[in-house]
Amino acid sequence: MKRFLLILLLFSLNTTSVYSLEADVFVQSTVNRAAETLSGNFTKEQRVEKLKEIAKETVDIKGIGYYSLGTHRKSLSKDQLINYLNVFEEYFLKSFSSRLAEYSNPEIEVNSKKKLNDNYTIVSSTLVATDSRPEVKIEWRVYTKNPENLLIRDLIIEGLSLARTQKEEFSSIINSNDGNIDALLKNLSDFSSK
Amino acid sequence: MYKKFVITLVSLLLLSFNAIAASDGELMLSENEKPKKIKDCFEKLNRATFSFNQGLDKAIIKPIAKGYRKLPDPIQKGTSNAVKNLSTLITIPNNVLQGDIKTAAINTGRLIINTTIGVLGFVDVANKMGFPKYVKEDYGQTLGAWGVGPGCYVVLPVLGPSTIRDTAGSFVNVLGGDPWYNASTHGNNEYLSEGLYLTSKALSGIEFRANNIDSIDNLQKNSLDFYASVKSLYLQDRENKIENQTRGSIEVIYKNEEDWEEIDSQ
Repeated sequence: MKRFLLILLLFSLNTTSVYSLEADVFVQSTVNRAAETLSGNFTKEQRVEKLKEIAKETVDIKGIGYYSLGTHRKSLSKDQLINYLNVFEEYFLKSFSSRLAEYSNPEIEVNSKKKLNDNYTIVSSTLVATDSRPEVKIEWRVYTKNPENLLIRDLIIEGLSLARTQKEEFSSIINSNDGNIDALLKNLSDFSSK
Repeated sequence: MYKKFVITLVSLLLLSFNAIAASDGELMLSENEKPKKIKDCFEKLNRATFSFNQGLDKAIIKPIAKGYRKLPDPIQKGTSNAVKNLSTLITIPNNVLQGDIKTAAINTGRLIINTTIGVLGFVDVANKMGFPKYVKEDYGQTLGAWGVGPGCYVVLPVLGPSTIRDTAGSFVNVLGGDPWYNASTHGNNEYLSEGLYLTSKALSGIEFRANNIDSIDNLQKNSLDFYASVKSLYLQDRENKIENQTRGSIEVIYKNEEDWEEIDSQ
């Protein structure tokens, strides 16, 4: 009987996607790491540094950087792209840690996952309500192309995509400067050095 | 009478402008085609109005919203429930116009219960009785559901982000589409007045601002171009609402699939 159950279990594991099975565990463990940092006994600087480390390991910063450039990506030279990605990473890490540092003890429950295709699985979660704010639904777009190295590409908060907002913001800056990418680079570096 | 005539004229102008704006092809909304991008035809004016609104917010609205947040919780909750209850008066006709008779019936039940047992809507009794979650609908959403394109993005003084279609939709409220407006301004009732209507609208705005103080501050602090961020978030939210998609549903995520597919960082 035991053997039968074991075979059944192995069989059922085999039929569902191993990648998507791990995507929710990946999100939950990332969230737990961030929560430990946010509630731990650290100075603000230590907290920010730890959050940046977590982001570097779990977020596809390069992919988000490319995505945020939209169609402008195609008009850049190789050197410009490398330069952009460097500036973007610094901007992203600062903006990310600054946004997160506002939450003192976020409690996130991972609810379900859905595989979109071989490259993406969406993990659905809930930021549990507190006295001062209602429950918030958060979806995580997990890039599963390399099953050994899952990465987060987008957060969709109450139906609003952070990556899409950032892409439209970047596009607005580039367009209001006659398509000049340098204006965006300057804005990004100014933000990082604030 | 004169006021009504002016409002009708403005709405018609706005809608016909929308048709002109749509004729460049990019904003056309056919049944199988979704608009790719909503144009910011009046960007300079919009940015100026946005700055004006930010000034107004800083000087008046935000301080009031902060004060509102200090009120005892039951008062805040009651006010929030009451303005939400008034909004069902607009939601119900829009449920009907969108052919969703079942939800219209549920919302009518909700309105009756909350207005009577819930003491003019201050207590959300229907929610406690297990009614389905309330989803607001407005005339802009109905026009969108009927296939009217959004037209250009506009920032209205005081009221904030909108589109030509949604602005025209708001005019329907004062043209007879909002029973609460009709009763308070045209009804011969000694307890109701235009002032009361305006107060309820202002309260609804303050309530929204008070609930979002932290998230708006955070967004502003972390934006390179706050105007562009607000525009993007507003338009995403309207898109979801018009398609009646539950927040965070998978359909919302699928929409951006093409853009993501070509990004290969590994």
